[in-house]
Amino acid sequence: MEPDSDRRIVLIVNDEEVRAEVPVRRNLVDFLRQDLGLTGTHIGCEAGACGACTVLVDGRLARACLMLAVQADRATIETIEGADASGRIAELQAAFHRLNALQCGYCTPAMLLTAAELLRANPSPSRAEVRDWISGNFCRCTGYQAIVDAVMAVAEGEAAT
Amino acid sequence: MKAPPFTYIKPTTIDSCLQLLAEHGDEAQVIAGGQSLMPLLNLRLAAPSLLIDINGLGELRGIDHEQGCVRIGALERHADIARSETVRQAVPLLAAAAPHIAHVAVRERGTIGGSLALADPAAEWPAGCLALGAIVELTSTRGVRQVMAEDFFQGIYETVRQADELLTAVRFPLAGASGEDVFAFDELARRRGDFAIAGLALTARRAGKALGEVRLAFFGVADRPLLARGAMSAIEGRTLDDVAISAAAAALAGELDPPEDPAYPAAYRRRIAGVLLTRTLKRLSLEAQHGA
Repeated sequence: MEPDSDRRIVLIVNDEEVRAEVPVRRNLVDFLRQDLGLTGTHIGCEAGACGACTVLVDGRLARACLMLAVQADRATIETIEGADASGRIAELQAAFHRLNALQCGYCTPAMLLTAAELLRANPSPSRAEVRDWISGNFCRCTGYQAIVDAVMAVAEGEAAT
Repeated sequence: MKAPPFTYIKPTTIDSCLQLLAEHGDEAQVIAGGQSLMPLLNLRLAAPSLLIDINGLGELRGIDHEQGCVRIGALERHADIARSETVRQAVPLLAAAAPHIAHVAVRERGTIGGSLALADPAAEWPAGCLALGAIVELTSTRGVRQVMAEDFFQGIYETVRQADELLTAVRFPLAGASGEDVFAFDELARRRGDFAIAGLALTARRAGKALGEVRLAFFGVADRPLLARGAMSAIEGRTLDDVAISAAAAALAGELDPPEDPAYPAAYRRRIAGVLLTRTLKRLSLEAQHGA
């Protein structure tokens, strides 16, 4: 086994098999955006702080800027496009819309995926628990209040109109 | 920014990994969770010529009881350690510390081996290991060695690990049956998930109203996690009354010498460490009184 500069990878992205050859230093978020055209995942800091690049890898939240594409070999990835298509975040999306939990929308895909995982782990969070959970997702526009409102609205079971 | 160029290899066995480290140790970097290494690469603060991906090494996983201890494999993710029933029962200090580590997505990939090998002075696991008297396992083609946590951390991002060694596991000795185990963990950071301004990890055994076998570790207040031996002596075997708590806080202030830094002056970190200690000891004292 020799070290590589490029590698072939096979992975599942949003329920579809993807085969590619990538430079080893390409990170996952660049692979998703540039190679696969899945631009719903955003890049904010590329240092793991802002959370805009959040996706799901093998069912877990992950910073796509902190993974190499080659590390996603044989993994199952879900991006915001996949979550949207599946309908599993529809209530959150409607609540975000209704309660103005987005302005520029840059943090929003990651916020939605992150919030959905909270409600999976803890269907009845307190406001403090919501804040804690989304503390790794930075929003420059809304001041977070409306985002917390939207997550709480879904948690409390209010149907979005 | 993008990472500088490197080559990449993902060994499938520990032995081949150790061979790679023996051959390339100086220019290679091990990548596990990547939650600290990738930012360094993306910011071009590190430029290894070779990345050795250890995520395929199953022997580095596992949270298991061994004789008289709990063994946690180096590749265990912070989130899995927090969720582990074994950890919650046998080493609850770790479960208390985990929610303070960064943010949820980072905890799902970051590993305990990575945290210990990096040895950030503001990190939670190194201090937890000091308080728990943990033993770090280092493996190379030259053999295996076990290093006490208090001997492992040498300075900022500096440990006794040699370039050809892989941190393979950490073991947490379990106390005997007598007395009741007590633990505490607290941290102050400006925002949730920020690096700690100061933090503490404490283990002890309760005997009536007194604490014995006290181990008290602080982080964020020096170039490495510290056992606060003066504060420990001040409360060892003594009833936790106001006199003892004040003595401990005074001892702590005398033995801490935090580095100056533009964001948080040394005097501030020293003060915060004292506040965390006082709050923790008062809470433990109340628990003793109320038989909690």
